[in-house]
Parts: sequence; C-alpha cells; structure tokens
Amino acid sequence: MLEKTIIEKLEAVAGKENVLTGKVDLVAYSYDATADLPRQAPDVVVLPTSAEMVRAIVNLARSHKIAIYPRGAGTNLSGGTVPLKKGIVLSFQKMNKIIDIDAANLTAVVQPGVVIAALNAAVAPHGLIYPPDPGTVATATMGGSAAENSGGLRGLKYGVTKNYIMGMEVVLANGEKVRFGGKTVKNVTAYDFSNLFVGSEGTLGIITELTAKLIPAPKFRRTMTGEFKTLADAGNAVAGIIAAQVIPATLEIMDRMTIRTVEDFAHIGLPVDAEALLLIEVDGMSEDVVRAEAEAVMQVVRDNNGGLKIAETDQERDQLWTARRNALPALASLNNTVILEDATVPRSRITDMLIACEAIGKKYNLTLGTFGHAGDGNLHPTILCDKNNQDEMGRMHKAVDEIFKVALSFGGTLSGEHGIGVAKMKYLGDELGQSGLNLMRSIKESLDPEYVLNPGKMVPLREA
Amino acid sequence: MATIEKTRELRTGKTYHDDLAIVREELDKCMKCGNCMSVCPVYGADKLETSVTRSKIAVAEAVLDGELELDDPQVYEMLFNCLVCKSCMTNCPTKVNFDRIMLALRAALVRKNGLPWLKKMIFSTLKHPKLFDAGMRVGAALQGLAFKTEEGGKAISPRSPFARVGSSIGFDSEKQMPGLNSTPLRERVPEVVKVAGATTKVAFFTGDSLNYFYPDAGQDLIDVLVANNIEVHIPKAQNCCGVPVLVHGDIETVRTLARNNLDTFDQTGCEYLITGCGSCGGAWQHDYSEILAADPVYGPKAEYWAKRTYDISTFLTRIIKLRQPTGRIERVVTYHDSCHLKKSMKVSAEPREILKGIPGITFKEMSAPDACCGSGGSYVLSHHETSAVIGRKKAEDINRTQADTVSVGCPACMMQLLDNVHRAGGQQEVVHYISLLAESYRKERAAENSSR
Repeated sequence: MLEKTIIEKLEAVAGKENVLTGKVDLVAYSYDATADLPRQAPDVVVLPTSAEMVRAIVNLARSHKIAIYPRGAGTNLSGGTVPLKKGIVLSFQKMNKIIDIDAANLTAVVQPGVVIAALNAAVAPHGLIYPPDPGTVATATMGGSAAENSGGLRGLKYGVTKNYIMGMEVVLANGEKVRFGGKTVKNVTAYDFSNLFVGSEGTLGIITELTAKLIPAPKFRRTMTGEFKTLADAGNAVAGIIAAQVIPATLEIMDRMTIRTVEDFAHIGLPVDAEALLLIEVDGMSEDVVRAEAEAVMQVVRDNNGGLKIAETDQERDQLWTARRNALPALASLNNTVILEDATVPRSRITDMLIACEAIGKKYNLTLGTFGHAGDGNLHPTILCDKNNQDEMGRMHKAVDEIFKVALSFGGTLSGEHGIGVAKMKYLGDELGQSGLNLMRSIKESLDPEYVLNPGKMVPLREA
Repeated sequence: MATIEKTRELRTGKTYHDDLAIVREELDKCMKCGNCMSVCPVYGADKLETSVTRSKIAVAEAVLDGELELDDPQVYEMLFNCLVCKSCMTNCPTKVNFDRIMLALRAALVRKNGLPWLKKMIFSTLKHPKLFDAGMRVGAALQGLAFKTEEGGKAISPRSPFARVGSSIGFDSEKQMPGLNSTPLRERVPEVVKVAGATTKVAFFTGDSLNYFYPDAGQDLIDVLVANNIEVHIPKAQNCCGVPVLVHGDIETVRTLARNNLDTFDQTGCEYLITGCGSCGGAWQHDYSEILAADPVYGPKAEYWAKRTYDISTFLTRIIKLRQPTGRIERVVTYHDSCHLKKSMKVSAEPREILKGIPGITFKEMSAPDACCGSGGSYVLSHHETSAVIGRKKAEDINRTQADTVSVGCPACMMQLLDNVHRAGGQQEVVHYISLLAESYRKERAAENSSR
C-alpha cells in the first residue's frame, strides 16, 4: 500500500477524479489479454490528461521509488501492462484526442489513447489509411500499439507499426519531456529515437504524443482462398506468389486442425480434408494491376494443386474472410485457456514450422492448431488447455519451450508481434546471447537506472 | 456444453440465478481480450476499465475466489453500472453469455442483502396486476401536477419546482417523456379482436410500456394484424414481462410473473405469441426458459412459448406474407436497433424490410444503428449522466441522417430517444415502426373510401 500522502499528491497533480484506489478499480487494472499469467492489482490507477501531468507523476514516482506501469487499452499479449510490482498504473484512456490530420503531408498527430480504428475513421474522408492492422484495431490504442510495435494482417505488404511512426513526444524516467521526428519523410537528425521507443514496451519512456504516417487507401482489391491437400503444396504456393513478384496485402494460412475446428464452430463449408487453407488478398490503386496480380496468384495456386475460391462481391469476400476471422474464437471455444504464441520464421520455412508445430502438439498430447500470417512468416501456434489440469499445463509449457527452440533453429524469432513483456523474457538470451542481454540492460539503465518504468518487463530486475 | 449445464441445473434443482458458482464455466470462457471495449456503451462514455465487461468478469472471479465481497459498495455500484444491452455478447469471440453472469451476480446480491426498500415496494406491486394498474391510473390522473404537456401533446416535461428536485436523476425542465395514458391499451380493446375469414390467431403480449405509455402504438400493432387477416387475442390477465425486475436480481418475483403469464397465454389457445417490445419478446424467447429451467412444470411451458414468440416484424415477414401497404407516407425515416430486439431476439432486417416497403418513405441508415441508446430501463435514472452521454451520441447520429422520423421497435428506447433527440435540438418524431405501417394502411383505406 502506498502512503496516503502519496495518493493525495497524485490527486493534487491529476485531479481527484483521475485517481482510482477502490478495490474494484484495482482488480480492473490487474490483468491484460495474456493467458496463464498471475494477476497483480496496482496500488493506484491514474488517468493523466496531459504530458505535464505525466511528468509530475513520473517525478513523484521516482522520488518515492514507486513503479509506473503505462497502459493503453490493455489488449496486449505478453503481460506488458500487468503491474507486477504494484505501484501506479498509468492509463492513457483519457488522452484520446486526434490533434491534427495533415492530408498534404500524409500525417496525423495523435495523443496516445486514440484507438487505431478511430484514427482510421477520422482519416477515411481524406481517402487515407493508417495501415498497421493488429487484430485489436477496434480497441487498441496508438500509444499501446507503438509501445508494443504491433503487426497484424497487412504486415507483408504494408509493414508494421514501426514503419508508420514518424515522431514522438516522450516523458523520460528523469521527468524530462523530449520531442523528436515529425512530419518530414526524411529525418536523420540525431539517433533514430522513434525506432528506439517503438517496441520498447513502456520500459524506456512514456509516449505522450505520436506523429503517424498515412497512405492513400487502396482503391481496388481481389480476394480468394486456396485449399491444399498437402502442407508442402501450400508452402510452395506462398513461395510461388512471391516468386511471381506479387506482394499480397493479406496472405494468411490455417492448418488442418484450425480448419476443422472452424468448420465445427461456424459451419461455413470449409474443406475438412484439406491440410492447409490460404486466404489471399491483393490490392492497389489500379484495377488493371490488381487484376493482373490476382490472375498471377490464381495461376500459382493452380500450379500447386490448390482448389480456388474467388470472391466476386463484397459479400463473397466477407464469406472468405469468415474462416480466418473465426480461427481464434473457434480454437478458443475448445477449452478455458488459450495459449497464443507468435513465433516467427523466415517465409521460406513456413512449411517446416507448420509441420514442427503439429509434431510438438502430438508429442505433448496437446490440442494445438496453427494459423497466421504466412506471407511474413508470423505464425500463431495456439494451444488449448485446461488451467485446472496441472499436468496438461506442464506439458503446455514444455511444448511452448520447444516451439521457440524450433523457430530459432529455423533462423526465426521469439516474437513477431506480441512482444516480450514478462511472458517471453526467459527466452531472450536464446536469441540474443549474453552480449545482447547486456546491451538491453545498458540501454534500460542509461534511460531508467532506477527501474521506475514498467519494471520486470523485457529486462529482468537486478537481484536485490 | 448445453447438455452438461442442463444436467447440473436439474440435478441441483437450481439455475445460475440461485447459485453464483454455476456461472464459473461462463467466467472461464473469457480471455480478457478486450473486444467488448469496442462496443460497450458505458465504457465508450467514461473510458474506465471498471465499466467494461471483461473487468466485471474479473471482479466476479475475485468474488468467487473470496478476494472481494459481493456487497462491497464499489462492487454493487459496478454491477449496476451496466445497461445489460448485450452489445458485448455480439462482439465476444468466445461467446461468453455475459447476461447470465450479470444476472447471477445481481441475484446473488439480492439473496445476500435483500432488495432496497424502494425496489421491493415497486416489484411487489408488479405481482399484483390490479394494484399496479390502479397505481398507474392514479399516476395518469395526477401527472399534470408535476408535469406539463409539451406542444403537440406527444410528450410531457417536469414543471419547474419538480424539475429542481428531479435534476439529480435527470428530471430537469428539459426532460421529455411520454405521458401516462388515462386509458391503458388493454382497457381500450376487447380480449379477442375477431376478423372475418381470419387465417390464423395470435396472442399479443402488450408489455407495460405499450399498455400504459404508448397505447396508440399498441393499437397500431393490433390494426396491422387485423389488416393482415389475423385474429388477435389480448388477454387482460397478462402482467409485466418481468425484465425490469429480473435485471435487479429479484428472481422469485420474476418467476411468479413468468408463471402467471405462461398460464394466461396457455389459455388463449393461440399458436403464436406476438410482441412489440424487444425486452418483452426477449423475456419470452430466452429469459423464461432460463429462470424456469429447473421447474418441471413451467420449464417445458416456457420452452413451448419460446419457440412461438415473434416480434411483430418477424411474424409479418417470416411467418406470414405481409400484405404490402399502398397508402403513401411522405417521410424520411431512420431506424434505431433496440439492443434487446437485435441482440436478444436477433431482429434487425425485418423492420427495415417493412419500412422500405411503405410507399413514400425514404429510408436512411444512421452510422451506428445498433449502438445502444443508453436507456437500460432504470439505468436512465440511476446513472443519468452516463446515460445522457450515450443518448446524445445516438441523437447526433440520428440528426446526421437528416431524417424527419426515427423509428424503433422498443418502447424503452422510444422514451430515451424522445428525451435525447429533444435535448440535442433534433426535430425528429420518434415512432414505433409498426405505427408507420399502420399509418400506411389507414391512408390506403381512406383512399379506398373516398374513391367509392
């Protein structure tokens, strides 16, 4: 428990209505969307409304050695916002203004609490989009997704969050506010601070404003699915599409387990005897180019023994997407605990990774389905287990260890888009080695020597 | 899953309304993914995690684990800071039946602490329809003391001394609400409205709101059925559907109300039960069979009627073939999806089909027609500030359509829209969609008569 005087000081800084200490309030900020993690209630929740307020809170916290846990919508998937050391949860839900939309410079300036979908709705009348497309666009905030460097379904063609953050205002652990980057496409002034803070998971500084890059909305698109009798055919089709010099906006894959589960769940006529299903969408500004790309994709699918379905209307497109949209809900309906991983491999190893995941599921006698972003190698091996079954949970942990090991052996990475947080911290050394861990710690300690910001995430705390 | 649940209900003779532990498996389904945040109207208004579904589930888990007390004042406040609009359920990837969780919690709270005296008093009169009816009539006679009638006579507003007292629950002088009608619907009409050459007969469950506040809309619903050659039974012994009581956790009162309604409608011998209110229809389609699941006599009766209950729009367009009206109405109309009509009864296409088939109507969709209006029954009184924020958003969305009429299929929404459209400076007339169809049939008859 924090001393009463500290709560009073926080109230003086942020206003009484923005400081929450009720038991129920604290339970409500004790979790995020990550499964299989302990919950921890903070001592207090503060909802700042300005960067100056954030500075005052950081100064107060540092001088009293209180942890600060920044939080957007709390839809993250690696434990990044759980307040492990209690202290202050800093919720940015009230800093949700779109400050500026600049169609001439293709930029938007936003506060961190702006929901991604709200930004997209606001820029749509200008014919523009903000492309990063994590599954939680309708709830996740710009600040949270920048801190987590979220990816999503359009990563292959349009990139991820880091490709769209041009500038920031950040409050540092020492209480200083720093601004860098801006509306210019080119900017090599100083270090590339945006890329340092994007994906830093709130451990290096607190984002209080963002300048985001926008692009013209694609005007045309074609959507199709390909069903494959073998994983090898599906993998070759993915490689073939890229070899045909087509970069689809969406290139998603589902394995047999996922296809069958979705079919049981949604009854949409999926091919339950198929080994893999690809969902492919090409888009662009010219109808001719999009048509040519779609035809090239269709040829590749046929050449690899795939059965094609092509959407001719928006309604048909919606039907094709239904399978992919239902992948996670359908798998999740099988049990009470959903372990959703995001191990990522080079695109050319997708088939190997799918086969390996299936084998790992069998080895540990687990229900495991894999779906994900085949185009960028980012897969979601998903394990469904019963949190009340200790034996099964134990097997699940071993399986997860092995999934990461295999992904790294294929030249891949621990996390494509969910981040490290607390869930994957113990594996970091396997990918980075001791020198990499040392680099992480030296960056952390140079910016936040007292571990005030999101302590216990990404960089382990020093043993006391 | 459903069969397991059922066995448990029957074995213990209890439903989740009687034992909070039964909702544990419902709680387990929640991944805390946060999809509920994008549609929860309360969270949309105040941006607090405590307002949104997943946190209420986390709190329920903490209560079951003994970490929080059910009657902690903050738990109480949180439980009632929910419109039970079911929006979260439509957006939930793992299909958590949050309505069950919320009702189980509220029922457990009532078991533990009893009902607050005011609720107890109001709910007990509902069990005695004659007493309730007398009260509503006295109210109708006396409302002129506290309320003044607005221009056109379609709404009343608090007079200034009462507006001062009432502003804490949203009854300021700007408040507009429908007047209580001195002759309720069920007094105006016979118990059976016969039609020569009727093709089928249906029983009309009026609900209290159509009976007391909007009897004209209730009459329109009957007229429409008659215009389609349907005999209509309107049993006088029917009482409140029970939803206003159910959402406050007074399960035993709802069971009493439900059993009486089931007996009353059994006696009509009708094949279908028709409603003109999403909350009432939802009660018949879902709630009665849930609260009576462990009742060997009334459980099956509830199941029987659940399959035969239809919103009037579904009945007209899916069960029978609607006789297309020919009377012209020059109106620009938008349609608000009532939460209980769309999210509980799954009715959204049918009213639109009816509206678009009326000659002269230009139909304009608002940007978020199924966003909750913020009414939530008594929520509008207990949380009038949040309710007003939600209602204003709705009114602004309606205004942007430039429609002159906003139609809706639920009387509670009509009340909330009447007040909020007015407050937001809108000029739209708020009507039940069935009244527009009735109006078209009336025009048609008038034209036929004058041409004779």
